[in-house]
Amino acid sequence: MASVGRILSHDIRQNIQNFKSLFGKDCRWLSSQAIETQAKSSKENADDKRKVDDRENTAPLEFRFKYPEFLPDPNAAYRNSTRERLERMDMMARRAHIDIPTFYVGSILAVTLSDSHAVGKTNRFVGICIERKGCGLRASFRLRNAIDKQGMEVVYNMYDPTIQKVECLRLEKRLDDKLLYLRDCPIEYSTFPFDMEPELIDETAPVRINTLKVPLKPPPWLERWERQDLKGVQEFEVNEKRRRKAEKHKTPWEEFDLMKIYRQTIPMEDQKDIFAEVYSDLHKLEITRRKMARKRKFNRPDKPT
Amino acid sequence: MALCGSKINVMSRGFHTTPVAQEIRKMARLRVVDNSEIGKSAMLEGKPPRCIHVYNKRGVGFLGDKVLLAIKGEKKKAILVGLKQNQSPRIPKFDSNNVVLINDEGTPLGTRIHVPIPHILRTLLQEKTQTKGADYTKLLAIASRYV
Repeated sequence: MASVGRILSHDIRQNIQNFKSLFGKDCRWLSSQAIETQAKSSKENADDKRKVDDRENTAPLEFRFKYPEFLPDPNAAYRNSTRERLERMDMMARRAHIDIPTFYVGSILAVTLSDSHAVGKTNRFVGICIERKGCGLRASFRLRNAIDKQGMEVVYNMYDPTIQKVECLRLEKRLDDKLLYLRDCPIEYSTFPFDMEPELIDETAPVRINTLKVPLKPPPWLERWERQDLKGVQEFEVNEKRRRKAEKHKTPWEEFDLMKIYRQTIPMEDQKDIFAEVYSDLHKLEITRRKMARKRKFNRPDKPT
Repeated sequence: MALCGSKINVMSRGFHTTPVAQEIRKMARLRVVDNSEIGKSAMLEGKPPRCIHVYNKRGVGFLGDKVLLAIKGEKKKAILVGLKQNQSPRIPKFDSNNVVLINDEGTPLGTRIHVPIPHILRTLLQEKTQTKGADYTKLLAIASRYV
């Protein structure tokens, strides 16, 4: 829940935007929002990236979606600015050693880690990321795959020192924040081959959104999916009682609850401070990653036969 | 006549009337994943074995624990090789509760396991094997794939 809360869902943002347009643009009492988010074109974002030489240290706004684990828990009871800063230092130290690519829920990842139990002492798992959780050093993600028609899931801590390599084989988003419903879908929707090749992507283009709608198997289910507003699931029928109960438990007013949004998010000003601290380092890592990718591409010329 | 009717009714019923057990304890239904004769036929008939005893001191089975099963009217021992319950990071969580049938010496009844088994079982089963007791590591030799 925390990870969902830390970054606003698109709907909520839209609502706030509408709200703001009523009261004029310069309202400080809604300071936790980014007014420019949608107005800013991709061209301007690219300009932002170039500004790093000017030492402006302004991280682009998409960083909160790219690196959500740098944002602390919005619950004040779990906040401690010193610990958070120390954790960020540790995270950057770890990122200097291994390349953790940008990924989202719905991307397909391959994780290689040292495993003292395995035969060759290394273990590789490929799967679709169905959940991202936690903040700071405790950030983790859950991969799901089906091997020999047996569905399985593995949770990895992002900053686990045993991880040797994380590859993003297919960078894309799905329609939902969590894909836990794949557990109740036919197995072919969570089957991905282990020998998948990483796809070449245009880094300047916006991240592709996979609009696949998956069918659900008939109940019994693991969760009450009818009560969750799932966008990536085909239309499904539930019996009268479940439908009635789902109707009863609806909370349509929550999207207009400004205090709830405020409590679930990190204010914009705080986000800026946090990302200003790590922006230059992250940017440098991104540049080296791009360079390495280009090098790898260049080193594989086809031999004339 | 009534008896006959009830019998037909019971046989045609394609669902279980007991709730799903959240952990491996007595009466939990399991899935046999090896190719032993008895295990295969029990799964095909839609009569999955039930756990009737867990050989540890908690009474709740975890990865690598030995259990006693009631399968097709017989009692068989088995090892838990994949669990539905949440696991710690890096250990896979499966969509079903998988077991492999063994005999008293630890020799598996089948010759192949047709789903992947977790790597950590290699360590867990080695720890459980005593020099003069049953050798559970024989099970590892028939695994088709580790994950």
